[in-house]
Order: sequence, then C-alpha cells, then structure tokens
Amino acid sequence: MITAGMDLGSKFIKIVILKDGEIIARVKMLSGFEQEVTANDAMKEACEQAGIESDAIDRIVATGVGRSIAPFAHNKLTEVGAAARGAIARLPETRTVIDVGAEEGRAILITPEGKVRDFAINEKCAAGSGTFTETMARALELELAEFGQLSLKSDKVIPMNAQCAVFAESEVVSLLHAKTPKHDIARAVHDAIASRIVSMARRVSVEKEVLLVGGMAYNVGFVASMKRTLEMEIHVADEPDYVPAEGAAWTAYDKASAI
Amino acid sequence: MPKYQTEPLKCWKKAKELRDKYYLDYATAHERGGLRWTGGAWAFDAIPAGLGDDVYPITGEPYAAGIAFNKPFSLRCLEEAESKGWARDLCAYMRNYWGSMYLDEYNTGGKYPKPDFAFQDHICCSHAKWYQHVAEYKNIPYFCIDISVGPYKDLNEDRLMFVVNQMHESIEFLEKTTGRTYDDEKLIEAVKNDCRLTSVWAEICALNRNIPAPLDEKTMYSLYVFGTLQKAKKEFADFYEELRDEVQDRVDRGIAAIANERCRLMSDTQPPWGFLKVFRYLEGYGALSVGSLYSFGLIGIWEDKPDGTWGPRTTPMDKGIPIDTRDQALRILADWNLSKPEFQHFYDAGLKTKMMLRIVKEWKLDGVMLHMNRGCEGLSCGISENRLGIAEAGVPVMTFEGNMGDEREFDEIKTRDRMDTFMETLGLERSES
Ligand code: SF4
Repeated sequence: MITAGMDLGSKFIKIVILKDGEIIARVKMLSGFEQEVTANDAMKEACEQAGIESDAIDRIVATGVGRSIAPFAHNKLTEVGAAARGAIARLPETRTVIDVGAEEGRAILITPEGKVRDFAINEKCAAGSGTFTETMARALELELAEFGQLSLKSDKVIPMNAQCAVFAESEVVSLLHAKTPKHDIARAVHDAIASRIVSMARRVSVEKEVLLVGGMAYNVGFVASMKRTLEMEIHVADEPDYVPAEGAAWTAYDKASAI
Repeated sequence: MPKYQTEPLKCWKKAKELRDKYYLDYATAHERGGLRWTGGAWAFDAIPAGLGDDVYPITGEPYAAGIAFNKPFSLRCLEEAESKGWARDLCAYMRNYWGSMYLDEYNTGGKYPKPDFAFQDHICCSHAKWYQHVAEYKNIPYFCIDISVGPYKDLNEDRLMFVVNQMHESIEFLEKTTGRTYDDEKLIEAVKNDCRLTSVWAEICALNRNIPAPLDEKTMYSLYVFGTLQKAKKEFADFYEELRDEVQDRVDRGIAAIANERCRLMSDTQPPWGFLKVFRYLEGYGALSVGSLYSFGLIGIWEDKPDGTWGPRTTPMDKGIPIDTRDQALRILADWNLSKPEFQHFYDAGLKTKMMLRIVKEWKLDGVMLHMNRGCEGLSCGISENRLGIAEAGVPVMTFEGNMGDEREFDEIKTRDRMDTFMETLGLERSES
C-alpha cells in the first residue's frame, strides 16, 4: 500500500510517501506565493523519487496551514494531529510533542496510541516561533545556523523582557549598543523563546518522553535553551520538520488500512 | 446526517421587538417627561424603578456588545476612545461605550442620549470607573454601590447590611437627584420581577440538559440579554415565562437546536460578538455549545435542588417570604443578587471550576471551549486556573484567544483552526456539505 502526507506550511511544503509503512520519498520546497503550484511540483518530485506514478498512491492526507487548498488530498488533518501521529511513529514512547515551526509553537500531550489528550498553541504572536528567531538573527547580522551555534558559547543569563518580536528587536539593538557580546545576546534570544514555549507546554503539563519536532529543532542554540528551561532530557527528532508530513502519511496509512 | 427535527423559535420576533423598544424608550424618555439613567448590567435596576414607570435605563455591557456587532461603528468607537488616551487593554465594552459617548452617536441612530444620572454597583475594577467617567464627562450625578462582600457562601448579616445600607442611601440620592418622591410599592414590584426573571432564566437553561438541546448558546445570547438590560422589568419577566413555556414545548416534542447534534460543548466568558459565526462553524461537526457559566449564571439565579442537581432558585414569593417594606425588599434584592453564580469567581477561581464541572456533568457535555478574552479582565480572571481544573478532571478543553468587543484582537481563521483541532481530538469529522 502506498500513502502520502503533505504538509503545506507557511514557509515550506513537505511531502512524504510511504510504501507499506516504509518511507520511500521525502521532498521539501519553499512554499512561495502559489502554494498550490508548489504542492503539485513537490508531489511530482516525490513521485519521481519514489519511482511511482501519482495515481499509484492509495491515499493522501494533507496538513499544515495551507491544507484546505491541498491538491489531491483525500483527507485533511490538523497540524496538532499530524505532529502527534508523526511523533509516535518516530518514537513510540513519546507522550509530549513540542512542535515549533516558522509560524507557531505547539505543545501536545499524546496517548500511547498517538491520540491527542490535550494541546496548547501559541497565540497571535511570533515570539514563540521560528520567524522570531530569524528576525533576531537578522538584527545581529548572522545566518540562522551561525546564530544557533554562537549561542552555545555563552554561559551568561541575560533576561529579555520583551514578549513581542518588535520590542525584542529593539532590546537586541540596546544590548548591542551596550557592547554585549553577540553570543550572549544569541543565548538570551533562545532562552526567551524557550521560556515562552515551555510555559505554554506546562499549561498542558510535560510528560516523558518529550520529542522536539518542527524546523526550530534544527537550531542547536534553541535545543540547548529548551533543555535548560525544561530541566529534563528531551529527544530531538532527526529531520524534525518532516515529522508532521510523516504524521499525515501515517494517518493516510491508518485510514487506508482500516478500509 | 440530520437526526433531529428543528424549527425556529416562535418568540424570536417578540424578543427583537422588545429589545428595539428598550433602546427606543431610553432614547425618547425625555419626550414623554421621563428620566434616563445609565449603569451596568449588574446594577440593581430594581432600585431606580421606585422613581416611577417612566424611568428608563441603558446598561453598558449589552449596549457595547451591540456596538461590537456593528463592526464599522465599533472600530470608530474604539479608535475614538484610544485617541482620548485610553489604553487598548481596558475593558472593551467600556471603550466601545465611551467611544459612542465621545462621538455623540447612538448605536441605533441619532445622538448618544445623555443620561440624567448614573447608577451602578461594582465588583470588577472597570465597573466603578466606567460610569464615574461617564458622570464626569457628561456632568451628571453618580451613585455606586460597593458589593465586594462575596463569595455568597460566606455571606453573613454584617456583609449583607454593608450592601443594604448603601441601597438605602442610594434611594436618598435618587430622590435628591431627581426631585421625585420614591415609591416603595414600585420597588417591591420590581424586586419581585427581578427574582422571577432570573429564576425563570435558570429554568430555561436547565431545560438545555435535554438531548437534543432545545437551544444553542448562540441563540441564548440573543435571549439572555433581557436579564442584562433590565432584570426588574415586568415585560421582560413575562417574556421569559413565555419563552420557558416554548422551550419546554420544544423539549416535549424533541425539537432540537441543530439537527445533527452529536457533540455537546460549553463555552466560557463572553463570545467575540463580531464573530458569532464561529459557533455556526462548529455545527459542521454536529457540535454545539449548550451554554456556559456565563450565559447560565450572569443572569440566572440557581440553587442546589434536593436531588443534588442545579436548578432555578426558589423565589421568595414561592417561599412565602413577605416583601412588604422597603427594607425587606432591599434585603431580598441584595441577598438574591449576591448569590449570582458569575459573581463568585471574582473571589475564588476554584468556585468557578466547580460550577463549570457541574455543568459538564449535569448537561452531559463532551468538552469545554474557553475564550481567553482580552477584552474582559473581570470574567477572564482565573480562567487559566479553570482550564487546569477542567483538564485535571479529565474533561477535554480547548482555549482560543480573542476579545469580546474589539475585533482587532480576534483571529477568525486561527480560531477555526483551533476548533478543527479540538474537534479532531474528539474524533469528529466535518461534514463537507
Ligand atoms: S466584568 Fe468585564 S465586561 Fe464587565 S466591566 Fe469588568 S472588564 Fe468590563
């Protein structure tokens, strides 16, 4: 049986194809302005990678912010449901999924079957998301990867009070004027994001094992801040931004198997 | 797949007429030699009723909710209030109301009708300041009763008298302010109406325990409003009895609010008034909100029934308690209103959680949707604790952020997305029709 999951995120579109429960293709493309066109291109590429024709796919499930316009999708799944199913496929012991993407941060408590028990999502605010980090890296004139690495050099705790990206940026500028080293500022930014995400996660409670997914999990500085703030070990998914697309593909698999 | 029969409420037209007349009566009171006053939905409106039958109130919260529904006007009101220097995080009702006053525009058309006096009580911080500012801006007299004697379970004689004594003083104030002679008979009648209306509203809400629910909360919002406009008005109390009979009839005949009911929810705090359509969105899942502590307990007065359920509080009239004097009337008015469920959580969020869990159980609910309402510090107070208490009790709960009266703080798309997620966790799929 061949199933596919599409994650139409605000920044990237990701597609995962499963054959009898094994991943046979994984594609990521910048969403661009015409998500539908990109989704078609991404699906074409994924099929080529898998060596199949698109009509060989038994079921497709779409997730992500753009899921309502997803071409070919048989079913839609929320980002929370997709992250939960994807997490359980990656690490069956997962009970808390923390998913931080470009636009949103989410904390999801799940059952051993991957069902969602409770969830929290950061509200109308960039301060708990990848976009926030990018803005701050820009303010420091650093590449994102460099920004994460640099923060590991710091052992200082500098509290950042601003809750919003606009004010935080001016706080970063003030710190630069005060000749604060860039690595300390980088850590302060990651600590601030981690603190927001952790306080959101604690609203639903944090149960072991914790799996960190979403694009922000690539950022080593953020991961370090998360571990410090949570005061516990967390698992970081490999290729963490593919987890929701995998969750969608697994949901398609579950649905197709149930027929 | 529709399962239940539905039909529109017969008394809908009458409800609309009564509400329109209320706002018109207020606006045109002076033309008939009458008086106008302003105050909050929590005000003891039975007291000014003793000044005569030609004394008309306008209560700020429902007036402001009406403005919020009228989005272009609301935006102008909010911006006008901000241009005067008021912060955006103040009570959104208050800012809409003040904006209408500053712009000198009435939501239903014409100029903002200047009240002759302001009469209020206060429990939340905005309550008192709201009408103090109106009084200063419009140069009118103002009386405010401090009711900070809760929670009701701890009420004793001293606490009760703290309120009752202020009520007596307020009557002296009203006489002096208006030059009218106070009529205790009218007060007594008004107190009886208040008890009757608020008890009957609780009876109506209790009928929503039935499956299918005869009313959805979106409809209830248009009906509970009479208890926020003028609890002590005879026509409104009579209307609620008519409504109760109609809802009972719906229950008897199995008439549902929505045909595909399969998921029963409750909400909390005021809804985002400009976006009530999100409730309709839920219907695509066969889900409906059958009420909330807000719609049940802001107006309804409740008590524990012998079988352990929550039911309408037995009125003093039904209990045979005499209400023959001003003092008796005021004591009953104070005691009755201080038992308002929505008043209790200002003292202890735990009391609210208990009442919410009670509703979940007795109304057979599948989940709870909490509006983290940035527009109302009063009713949002402690809501995160409520969320925790509900979740710990094993009841599915979701939150969404917004503002009941400031559409700039509500994200409809994200809220729908949140609802989709919640429905998915409850195992529900949306019908694509
Ligand atoms: S309880 Fe809420 S709506 Fe009422 S005055 Fe206070 S803040 Fe405003």
